[in-house]
Amino acid sequence: MRSDPSDYRLVAPGSLHAAVSLLAAEPGAWLPIAGGTDVMVQYAAGKLSARKLLSIWNLPELRQIDVLPDEIRLGAGCTYTDLRNHEVVRRELPLLASAAQWTGGIANQNRGTIGGNIVNASPAADSLPALLVYDAELILVSARGERRLPYLGFHTGYKKTQLLPDELIRAISLPRKFSNFVPYARKVGARNAQAISKVCIAALGLLAVDVAHTPRIEDVRIALGSVAPVPLRLVETEKALQGKVIDGTLLILAKQTAISEISPIDDIRSTARYRATVAGNLIVEFLARLGAARDLRVDNSKLQDGPLR
Amino acid sequence: MTQSPAKKDDGTCELSLEVNGERKMVRVYPMERLLDVLRHEFNLTGTKEGCGEGECGSCSVLMDGALVNSCLVPVLQAKDAAILTIEGLAAHEPSRRMQQAFLECGGAQCGICTPGMILAAVHLLDKQAQPTLEDIREGLSGNLCRCTGYMQIFEAVLEAARRGTSA
Repeated sequence: MRSDPSDYRLVAPGSLHAAVSLLAAEPGAWLPIAGGTDVMVQYAAGKLSARKLLSIWNLPELRQIDVLPDEIRLGAGCTYTDLRNHEVVRRELPLLASAAQWTGGIANQNRGTIGGNIVNASPAADSLPALLVYDAELILVSARGERRLPYLGFHTGYKKTQLLPDELIRAISLPRKFSNFVPYARKVGARNAQAISKVCIAALGLLAVDVAHTPRIEDVRIALGSVAPVPLRLVETEKALQGKVIDGTLLILAKQTAISEISPIDDIRSTARYRATVAGNLIVEFLARLGAARDLRVDNSKLQDGPLR
Repeated sequence: MTQSPAKKDDGTCELSLEVNGERKMVRVYPMERLLDVLRHEFNLTGTKEGCGEGECGSCSVLMDGALVNSCLVPVLQAKDAAILTIEGLAAHEPSRRMQQAFLECGGAQCGICTPGMILAAVHLLDKQAQPTLEDIREGLSGNLCRCTGYMQIFEAVLEAARRGTSA
C-alpha cells in the first residue's frame, strides 16, 4: 500500500546547526533523510513508520572530503559518486572506492550517502566491511557537541547502533596508514549493480620477510558482509594468520576459523551453507593473492568445501 | 494515520524548480515524489514509473546534471534544482543522436525503459565521450529492460558515441 504524502512532514533546515537543533528539541521524533535510497523505498512500500522527516541532503557541512596529514575525513553526506571519483580515496582507500562502485547503479550512487549506509546498518551493506578494515572512526554531532568513537562496535545488533536519538554522523575519519597493504575486495551477488550481496569481503594484508628471508604475514585485516547480524571483522581469523607463512595448511586453517567465526542465515538471497562456503573461499582467494608472488600452490583436495573456484 | 483535510492543506508548501529550462512554481506536499510531480503537475509523462523503489531506472531524470531515480526524490529536495526529463532532452543534439541510434539498432521495444535508458546513456556520454562496452554496461546497470536483452541498447550507445565524435 503506497504512502499518502499528506500524512508526512518533511523539513529541510539548510544548515547542520539548524538540523541538530531540531533533533535536540525533540529527540527521536525526526528521521533524518539524506539521498533517500533506503528511506524512500520504505515510504513507497507504506512501511515508513516515522512521520516527521528531516532532510540533510546536500548540507555543505556534510559533503566535504578533507585530506589531512594523518587522516582522510569523509563528510557523512558524501555520495558513492563523490567517493569513487575522489583521487585520494581511489588511491589510498581502494576497498572503499570499489565498494562505492558496486553499490546500486549510477543513479543510486549519485544519491546514496556513506553516512546513510552506516546508519541504515544493513549487515549486507557493501561499503561497511571496508570501513572496518580501515580502522574508521565516526565523528558524531549533536547540539551538545561532537564525540568520536571507533566504528568497530558501532553496530550493536541487527540494525542497532550506538547513535543517540539527537545525533547525526558528521564525518568518517580514516587513518592514512594502509597504503602499502595489499587490498582485496569482492562482492558475490546475483549481479554487481542493483543486487544486494550474498557475501562481500574487504581485506588488507601485509607481508614481511623474517630473518630467514621467509615472507610472513605481518598484519592482516578481514571483514565480511552478510554473514552475521552486523558487518563483521574476523578477529579470530586474523589472530590465526598473524606472523604465519602462507601455505596450504594455513589456507585450510584460515577457512575453518572464518567459518566458525561467522553466523550466516538462510534468507531470500542465499542460504547459510552457501554463504559459509563462499566466505571461506573468499578468504582463501585473498590469502592466495597475498602470497601470489611466491608461486603458492593450493592443494584443493585438502580444502573442506572443495576447490577454490 | 488519518488527518483532517484542513490539516492536510496546511502541510503543503510552494516551491520553485527549473524543469527543462523553465522556472516553475508548484504547490505540493514536501514528501510527494518528484516522479509524481513531473507526471501529474507538469504532464511530463515521458518519465515512467516501473518498480517505484529505485531498482529499475524507468523514472531516471537529471537533477542538477546528476542521474537520479525520481521515484526516490521527495520533491522538497528538488527545490531550486534544475530537472531535465526526456522531454527536455528532445531539443538537445546529443540526445537526438542517441534516440536515432536506439531506433536504428533496435534498442527500443515496448518503450517503458527507453526514456530512462536514453537519460542514463546521455549522462554516461557526458562524462565519457568514448565509453567501452564495459563502461556502458556499468553506466546503464541501474536501468532494467525486459524486452531487448540489452545488446541492442549497448550497440546503440556505442553507435551514438561513434557518431558524436565524427560529427
